[in-house]
Amino acid sequence: MKRHKVILATVLGLGIFATQQTHAADKNRIFLTGSSTVAPLVAEAGRRYESQHPNVRIDVETGGSSRGIADARRKVVDIGMVSRALKPEESDLKSFTIAWDGVAIIVHHSNQVPELTPVQVRQIYTGKIVNWKELGGADKSIVVVNKAQGRSTLELFLEHFGLKAEEVKAHSIIGDNQQGIKLVAGNPSAIGYVSVGAAEYEAESSGLIRILPLNGIESSSRNVLNGSYPLRRPLNLVVLGTPQAHVAEFLSFLSSGEINDLIKEFYFVPPAD
Amino acid sequence: MFRPLIDFIYRSINILCLASIALLLASIAGLILIESLNFFNAVGPVRIFADSSWFPDESGGGSFGAFPMLTTSLLLAVASTAISAPLALAITIYQRYYASYYPALLVRRTIEAMGAVPSVVFGLVGLTVLVPMIQMIQAPGSSFIAGVLIVSLMIVPTAALVYDAGFERFDRALFLNCAALGITKGKLVFSILLPSLLPTIGSGAILALARAIGETMAVLMVTGNVIQHPTSMFAPVRTLTANIALEMPYAMGIHRSSLFACGLLVVAITVAIAVTAKVLLKRWD
Repeated sequence: MKRHKVILATVLGLGIFATQQTHAADKNRIFLTGSSTVAPLVAEAGRRYESQHPNVRIDVETGGSSRGIADARRKVVDIGMVSRALKPEESDLKSFTIAWDGVAIIVHHSNQVPELTPVQVRQIYTGKIVNWKELGGADKSIVVVNKAQGRSTLELFLEHFGLKAEEVKAHSIIGDNQQGIKLVAGNPSAIGYVSVGAAEYEAESSGLIRILPLNGIESSSRNVLNGSYPLRRPLNLVVLGTPQAHVAEFLSFLSSGEINDLIKEFYFVPPAD
Repeated sequence: MFRPLIDFIYRSINILCLASIALLLASIAGLILIESLNFFNAVGPVRIFADSSWFPDESGGGSFGAFPMLTTSLLLAVASTAISAPLALAITIYQRYYASYYPALLVRRTIEAMGAVPSVVFGLVGLTVLVPMIQMIQAPGSSFIAGVLIVSLMIVPTAALVYDAGFERFDRALFLNCAALGITKGKLVFSILLPSLLPTIGSGAILALARAIGETMAVLMVTGNVIQHPTSMFAPVRTLTANIALEMPYAMGIHRSSLFACGLLVVAITVAIAVTAKVLLKRWD
């Protein structure tokens, strides 16, 4: 009986202690969701911010740019992450551009096709060209990788190449950038499109994917910087209404230029200021 | 210590816990029903089968053809259970009756460990190892068969644990009797134990099937997520659960309601299968 009392008391005590801990951490918590392109940058910047401000906790989740917009509107999160410019019907939100990026077309590192014209890209994605040998490559059927609905990378890709969502005949539909990269890295006949920053990061670190140039212009952060790359897009943070004090502080930290080295590390481009 | 008071407190806590679980289940069911009501009123369940595509966001109404995803979920679950339930049974019989001590222990611990691995890890292994292997046989690699294989791997421990518990309860009584009568181990297992354990085997299979229908993360990563009927084993497909995971984060309005309707479908299928199986098993006895 006495032992049971001791155990019960310990468990209750630990339980009460645990709730105290979460209370303290909740005090200054900043929650962000949205684009899988922006997320790694913000997560890394968040870690740096946390080390400078020990009473702040920053949580980042992906889910796509549409999720960032929807969650910011519903006030479920403090800040939404969106990897494109806001549309006119989204003018109820305030946006802050923290970096610039682009959309890159990637293939497996063994794929030797030097480049694709926009017409060829359209034909691949609508299923009119089905084998790499029609483009001067190996005799393999093309595995078309498309992004899921609600991802801004999809919207930008469709808009740039003049495609409608129903016209795309895909073999695989992926969500986050990393899923697309892993799929293409493991499949010699795949073609897909992800963020320039994510693609360059992967190409530099593992060399398992190759980035195709667009309109003869190399898909690199350098060309996003000098404005010559045609498929570039801003990486935005959005809020609804006036953000709370600690959230506004984090936002100004991100736009201040203090994280320019992180931006370059991820192969994004700092906003021209 | 005042015994009746302690008993009363203990019983009250028990009843409280039971009530909260029942309330939780009821509120989950209620939430799914209420959120999908909008879809059933404005669009109607017939369009799930009648519409030719799934583009619920489209301006001007949208299309809600979820039928291909329904067949995918069903077929994937049935196929995975058909593979893994017999496999789990074989594993259980082997480690209980035919293996010596250390191999049996190894098998048991491996199965338990497999059951503890989160499904995202299975999905990652599927994406980086299985899909490229399938791609060498037939492009694109992300396919129905990839989903079936990965889900089978995941539900073997679920079924195996149920079977192990069932065998454990039963054989203690029978084992000595059969040994005394001179019945061999093979006959004991296959002619006596298995027939009397049919209800357990059925329950294990149902549990595995329910888990297979509900599996989300792993199928999302290996099946390709293209909305079409599984006309070929190597065709990329999308299950109802993967669809909910992909679209729910940003869906609003009627789109959101249609996703809840998909969830309702999944629940309804699971319940229907469980009820049917129980009725059939009762008839068998």
